[in-house]
Amino acid sequence: MRSKRSLLLIGAIPAVFLGYFFIYPVLTILYTGLVPDGQIATSAFSEALTSPTVRGIAWFTLWQALLSTLLTVAIGLPIAYVFARYRFPGRSLLRSLTLVPFVLPTIVVGVAFLALVGPGSPFGVNLRGTIWAILIAHVFYNLAIVIRGVGAFWEQVDPHLEDAARILGAGRFRVFRTITLPLLRPAILSSAALVFLFSFTSFGVILVLGDLRHTTLEVEIWRQATAFLRLDLAAALAVLQLIGVTVLLVLYGKARNRRAAELTLRPPSEVARAPRTTGEWAVVASTLCMLAIIVVTPLAVLIWRSLSTPDGLGLSNYAHLFNPPRATAVFVSPTDAITNTLQFAVPAVLIASGIGLLAATVIVSASGRSSRVFDTVLMLPLGTSAVTIGFGFLVALDQPIDLRASILLVPVAHALVAIPFVVRSTVPVMESIQHRLREAAAVLGASPRRAWREVDLPLITRALAVAAMFAFAISVGEFGATSFIARPATATIPVAIFRLLGRPGTFGEAMAMSVILMAIVAVAALGIEAVRGTRSGGV
Amino acid sequence: MKGLRLSVAVTVVALVGAACASSESTPDEVVLMTHGSFVVSEGVLEAFTDETGVPVTVLQSADAGTMVNQAILTKDNPIADVLYGIDNTFLSRAIAEDLFLPYQAANIDVAPESLRISGDQVTPIDYGDVCVNLDPVGLEDRGLGLPESLADLADPAYRGLFVVEDPSTSSPGLAFLLATISVFGEEGEYPWQAYWGDLMANEVQIVPGWEQAYYGDFSGGSGEGERPAVVSYATSPVAEVYYSDLDAAPTSIIEDGCFRQIEYAGILSGTEAESTAQLLVDFLLARTFQEDIPLNMFVFPANEDAALPDVFVEYATVPANPVTMDPAAIEENRDRWLAEWATIVR
Amino acid sequence: MLDVSDLTVQFGSTTAVDGASLEVEDRTIHALMGPSGSGKSTMLRAIAGLEPPTSGSIAWDGQPLVDVPPHRRGFGLMFQDYALFPHRTVAGNVAFGLQMQGLNAETVGTRVAEMLELVGLPGYEHRSIGTLSGGEQQRIALARTLAPDPRLVLLDEPLGALDRSLREHLLVEMRSIFSAVHATVLYVTHDREEAFTIADQVAIIRDGRIVADETPEELWHQPPDGWTARFIGLENLLPASSLASLGLEPPSVEVTTGVVPPESIVLTAMGARTATVAGAHFRGGVYRIELGLDDGRQLVAWSPKRLRRESTARFDIDAKRISWFDD
Repeated sequence: MRSKRSLLLIGAIPAVFLGYFFIYPVLTILYTGLVPDGQIATSAFSEALTSPTVRGIAWFTLWQALLSTLLTVAIGLPIAYVFARYRFPGRSLLRSLTLVPFVLPTIVVGVAFLALVGPGSPFGVNLRGTIWAILIAHVFYNLAIVIRGVGAFWEQVDPHLEDAARILGAGRFRVFRTITLPLLRPAILSSAALVFLFSFTSFGVILVLGDLRHTTLEVEIWRQATAFLRLDLAAALAVLQLIGVTVLLVLYGKARNRRAAELTLRPPSEVARAPRTTGEWAVVASTLCMLAIIVVTPLAVLIWRSLSTPDGLGLSNYAHLFNPPRATAVFVSPTDAITNTLQFAVPAVLIASGIGLLAATVIVSASGRSSRVFDTVLMLPLGTSAVTIGFGFLVALDQPIDLRASILLVPVAHALVAIPFVVRSTVPVMESIQHRLREAAAVLGASPRRAWREVDLPLITRALAVAAMFAFAISVGEFGATSFIARPATATIPVAIFRLLGRPGTFGEAMAMSVILMAIVAVAALGIEAVRGTRSGGV
Repeated sequence: MKGLRLSVAVTVVALVGAACASSESTPDEVVLMTHGSFVVSEGVLEAFTDETGVPVTVLQSADAGTMVNQAILTKDNPIADVLYGIDNTFLSRAIAEDLFLPYQAANIDVAPESLRISGDQVTPIDYGDVCVNLDPVGLEDRGLGLPESLADLADPAYRGLFVVEDPSTSSPGLAFLLATISVFGEEGEYPWQAYWGDLMANEVQIVPGWEQAYYGDFSGGSGEGERPAVVSYATSPVAEVYYSDLDAAPTSIIEDGCFRQIEYAGILSGTEAESTAQLLVDFLLARTFQEDIPLNMFVFPANEDAALPDVFVEYATVPANPVTMDPAAIEENRDRWLAEWATIVR
Repeated sequence: MLDVSDLTVQFGSTTAVDGASLEVEDRTIHALMGPSGSGKSTMLRAIAGLEPPTSGSIAWDGQPLVDVPPHRRGFGLMFQDYALFPHRTVAGNVAFGLQMQGLNAETVGTRVAEMLELVGLPGYEHRSIGTLSGGEQQRIALARTLAPDPRLVLLDEPLGALDRSLREHLLVEMRSIFSAVHATVLYVTHDREEAFTIADQVAIIRDGRIVADETPEELWHQPPDGWTARFIGLENLLPASSLASLGLEPPSVEVTTGVVPPESIVLTAMGARTATVAGAHFRGGVYRIELGLDDGRQLVAWSPKRLRRESTARFDIDAKRISWFDD
């Protein structure tokens, strides 16, 4: 449909970006670590592969990621359904709130979790150090991916298909199994892949909520590099991690390859309606309850903590942020912090959206192996150790211009993590667009580019809005490699929070700054949702 | 006509000459590479610029280990001119990798001898002591007296009341481990391995980082946890007083077994601004910067002439005999010690 | 027999169906006609069990269906957009209802082939939905609906998405298919010709209420009121004043409009009335003649012979066949 030449041209930009900012640095640092002084450090490899500790760590990394993914999808699907099909008061707000956990620094989340399920928990459980704390934390963080990813798709699936199945004799569960699930497959697989990658390379959650028995490859890579200064072993582990991720991505690519059925996508306004029967209200209420427990309660704990002052509940922690009572540089003005954060977030979102969209176009238009390989490579940054990427920047990016200490690396690093989101959000939608619509537009005189703009783009815009939300959250939460580059000192919000948490006596202010972070993300999510809701979108 | 041509030629020569001269004598900036805990008040680094005409760019890494790694990885073409924040645990390794252009600050004499234990390649800038912090109220509520030594913490009376950080993920955690190794030794009747065995039997809580230990598990001061003993800094009680505006320190320290962490600054070999870098190192040890350190980073200035803030004078306890360890010894044994520790606590 | 009694369906503050009553006899094709927004689709969905009624009852052979979920009612429903399952083949779609009944693969296969034969698409089993034309999709959707032998077939504007010639062709086909399988059908449409062609009985729904329920002939010849007359598109709907100018007196003062069936106008040289011929159009075998009235309006009549424009025509009107309305 698209000429091979134009595909190559479109694909060149993401290819160059990924090549220079990801493949080249990662290969360089792995080479540096594994081939010191010109000889392959086979000892590091054999050490990594034969050590039972390493094998235990690798195995744990794998199965906790799988379990986290299963749990997140299982819990996220009913919630996605409720949001996609029903309108109820507070819908937009609640949906925006699900994005908030994504950006919170894990130490902050750890505090909330331990308050809820650690020793001294009001529920009477103590999950500290158990696998459950890690799994629940992963669900907490990643639920938004399933809710948004599957939800955006579900919102546009023709409800008549389910009605038809019911009339033909299928009970609700059978309808779900034979009709809904197959249709949602591409979206579910996409979201699951993202959740898996995040859980697989999970660092903060494992560090804060796990213990010595529960550690992942990512933590171990960091530990070997920064505590033991053993770059060779860290590199060997990074290679191991990459192999595991690649294998899984290849499997995912094969599962995805069964061509998605062409669907009639409906504008969401046609699909969502208020619940009518008590049965429907019961479903909505119980699902939202589950959401509240998993997502809202920890956030509420943080808000509560931010309002706790030595004199009872009050706003003095917030006041201190705006008017520091002490002449110390530890307090960063929230307005400065927000400005600094946005200065990174806006370019990061733009880069990720642009490159992601180009890449998605190529993946959908090209067929066969080359598109799958391209897709897999695009997802790799999510599965690559942040230490590897960060250090990779440092050893590789000094030609043609020295970018190693450049501020540009920050949005670039964010974009690397955000691009997979853009791709995974837009590809299922693009694949489902009916051929017929495009052909109709062509017959009416629209050139391929025009047809793309008039037909595909409005439908894709909705998916893109979801992806942009995540890209924004990723940047604001400073994911991935940004911790491991040496960057010019800018006090963004996460940096400000860490500064406040780094010394005794400023815990309340740290919580207050975290709540400000929560508010920014919630507002941004609400804003994006309002914008995408007003577009007619559907053809 | 001739005069015009001549004056043009002279002007051109003068401009080119000035350009060349300026590119040699005053670099555009001097880059300071440091770790994530670095905080400096506004105007302090600007004072350096006022003196020398060179602005300072600060590059921040996450933690000290990451910073040292990054410096080593880029040593052939460094991204900075001065490295600040490397401490005794990593210093030997850095020196072994020829990371530094040996230089000690011109004003080195303001630092006491005890801090200059690491040779003359780098300059001590600040020091802090990692000590066990105690919550007296919490202990009293349990009818217990204050433990006075590290050995006391292994006493069953204090079962389940102590929280420490993992030495492989936390700097104070590593400091505490090194302290126990130094205090109890590796041989003899009660080596450090036995001590740790007893701590484990005494249900010590091990957490990955200081924030979690102090805020999450410690019961004293601004901590929200349940345990009245934590590995923290000697200056933590001071910070509590300072930030919560208290009249008395809510927490105290065990002076026995404190580990002295000294932070150094050095010039990265390969720098293209050596003379300015030297000036910066001097500046870091000079009073302007040194007096800004305590209330921002809660460590002590190396410069003895630097005035301490009142809150430090009133509330800070400086341990009389902190444990120190030769950086070379740390470098040689660190991996082995960490591995052994890991097997004991698993 | 389907018995809908006093059905009301409300969504929040809107009342889509407002006390509608309807009976559909076995083995008949009953049309439900109404303008957009009249509630006909909602009523259909309520009968199918997809919308909960606010009040009223729906019963089949005397058994109330209020607690019976859609998948147990044994009805069939065909949507205007067909709602074919894109991830299944043609056979997979047609077989769906049979699979839900738990029939074995062989029985299912035979029945699928039967249905495809019935709708005129034999051998289409392995085709994918995306490759079908509009007409083919409609027929597959019909096959899918009829395959499980539903006791009531509900159709929601099944021909709405097709072009005119196809529509007419399929309409006739559907009628013969329905009679071949002895189906009981409720056929929703807004098109009078469709309803009149296919249905034994036509119900008119307006603002959620059933305002008429007659055979097509009765409806045509004696519409219950002016609105219905207008809706079903009767010719020669004229204000009483126009008719008065022709000497046709309305029976009472409240009467405002009248319908003069074209068949009641006989063009004959001995006719008592005259009018100028405003237009004459050949309609294949007969001419449609437009007679101009003094007030500018027109009367339509049918003539086997061509009449010249501007000429004067003579005709008689059988005044007994005029229907008068007060709306």
